[in-house]
Amino acid sequence: MKKTLLSLLAMAAMSATALAADIKPALVYGTGGKFDKSFNEAAFNGAEKFKTETGIEFRDFEPTGDTQGEQAIRNFASKGYNPVVAVSFAWTSAIEKVAAEFPDTKFVLVDSVVDKPNVRSVVYNEHEGSYLVGVLAGMASKTGKVGFIGGMDIPLIRKFECGYEQGARAANPKIEVFQNMTGTTGAAWNDPVRGGELTKNQIDQGADVVYAAAGATGLGVLQTAADNGKLSIGVDSNQNYLHPGSVLTSMVKRVDLAVYNAFSDAKNDKFTAGVQALGVKEDGVGWALDDNNKSLITPEMQAAVDKAKADIIAGTVKVHDYMSDNSCPK
Amino acid sequence: MDYIDIFISILGSTIRLSIPLIFTALAGLFSERSGVFDIGLEGKMLSSAFAAACVAYITGNAWLGLLAGIAISVALSLVHGFASITNRGNQIVSGVAINFVAAGLTIVLGQAWFGQGGRTPQLTASGRFGEIKFPYAAELRDSGYLGKFYADVISGHNILTYMAFAAVPISWWILYRTRFGLRLRAVGENPGAVDTAGISVTWLRYRAVICAGILCGFSGTYLAIAQSAAFIKDMSAGKGYIALAALIFAKWKPVPVMFACLLFGFLDAFANFMQGKSVPGIGEVPVQIFQALPYVLTCILLAGFIGVAHPPKAGGVPYTKER
Repeated sequence: MKKTLLSLLAMAAMSATALAADIKPALVYGTGGKFDKSFNEAAFNGAEKFKTETGIEFRDFEPTGDTQGEQAIRNFASKGYNPVVAVSFAWTSAIEKVAAEFPDTKFVLVDSVVDKPNVRSVVYNEHEGSYLVGVLAGMASKTGKVGFIGGMDIPLIRKFECGYEQGARAANPKIEVFQNMTGTTGAAWNDPVRGGELTKNQIDQGADVVYAAAGATGLGVLQTAADNGKLSIGVDSNQNYLHPGSVLTSMVKRVDLAVYNAFSDAKNDKFTAGVQALGVKEDGVGWALDDNNKSLITPEMQAAVDKAKADIIAGTVKVHDYMSDNSCPK
Repeated sequence: MDYIDIFISILGSTIRLSIPLIFTALAGLFSERSGVFDIGLEGKMLSSAFAAACVAYITGNAWLGLLAGIAISVALSLVHGFASITNRGNQIVSGVAINFVAAGLTIVLGQAWFGQGGRTPQLTASGRFGEIKFPYAAELRDSGYLGKFYADVISGHNILTYMAFAAVPISWWILYRTRFGLRLRAVGENPGAVDTAGISVTWLRYRAVICAGILCGFSGTYLAIAQSAAFIKDMSAGKGYIALAALIFAKWKPVPVMFACLLFGFLDAFANFMQGKSVPGIGEVPVQIFQALPYVLTCILLAGFIGVAHPPKAGGVPYTKER
């Protein structure tokens, strides 16, 4: 009896150490929903990749409203999850508060910056990636008019728009760029009907390439462009496969990388706090080329976009960042 | 692009945005004229959108999707009827309950069946109601404004759009030219008198909510498989409430209902168009102004500035037979 008790205790101790070596990662999505085929899905894919490689399970939560994020983050932190990754600018103030309450927990915030010793902030140079797809749009447009549909009207989305506009103008100085934002609340990320209607509007005005930076709303944009025989550009994840032959390319933002790195750095004890800015140079943003859009990209377009990419990396082309001064050069 | 082109483009958009409102407001019309208030329009629309998208995806047939949308919406109407007609429960509470059930259940079931966060998979062309091109639309598009109007506003919509406009005179005819319609209106004004004449108030009201269910089924189906190509969570986005506002704005009459819905649809289309454009002399107008207008107009109407809106007298009151 004594022996069994002892061995039980030993086993308990062993399993406790095994747990301590493993990490308990958690992931909180933005309000667009986990399977938006875009931003949140990219985050999910990064976490899944980590899971298949290491066998370590993660917990995730899909907030449906702007108020649920803080609760979810605090909930994970108080249950001992570490690291806690929050993707979306919407959780900036939530991370700021909760990170102060749990100084021993590591937090990662994607798309926004919080200056705390236990927070890593990952931001992307979306303007650079958008510049690249803008170049493609400018060259692919036959009417000389291209469109942009944003999700929620926030500086981050204006940053996409501004980079896109600069790229399109670099390809065709006379280009006209229409832009629309879907709304001003979190619901704007999940309103494909309005997205489709705005797209139809821009197509009626002559646009023949429409870039959607709008989470799940973008699905409506891509659908409408395909229905009307026009081109569209996806965002965040590679969305080329959604409507092969109609999606010109996708502005890929490697949110999966941020999540994957956060989990594996925490596992390997290499976690660093501070700001990480991922741009074209770091392959944090870029444009997607695969079998679905190969026929849409001409060799000239390929050459131009490769040159633009090299120029940005070399620093000879500086893409203006909307968020640096809240304005876009015309 | 000149002003008339823009106007035609906005009109086309107006029609597309008004259709779900017209179906839903007509649904509310049938229900409310019989004395059953229906806050649950939103929920019925959402569930039928979900059912239509699921069935259209599985069978690849848009018409079966429509049938499924109607079936689920009628089923919810019967639940509403059972609670508020048979059991004389509070109609508002029952309606709100339907909205909550629909909002939650569609996401949970969608996630369980398709695993895409409550969204249904993207439909192919055969699972959707496609655009119908009228004869000579393409040729006439370039022959002046009338041709363009014909091509972009009258032609080029899906079959449900034309059904919505057909539903307006049909509803008018049913309500004002048939015995059933007369009794339906009477039961909303004075159920006691109808009962005295030996007609079952309960059965009449049940038939009215079934009509409402059928029309809501159309509007949900339109949202999911005609206007979009999948169900997306909360895709009705408050259209059920706007339709209620339109119903009040139109003083519970079928033809004005259509015009009210077109007006609200136009405001929405105009707001989409005006976004980011500056008006000479004023500057950029916030689009929220246009988006809020339907509600503002309804409030002004209710306050009695544009005529007076008389709701059906027996509306919201469960009928209790004297004994």
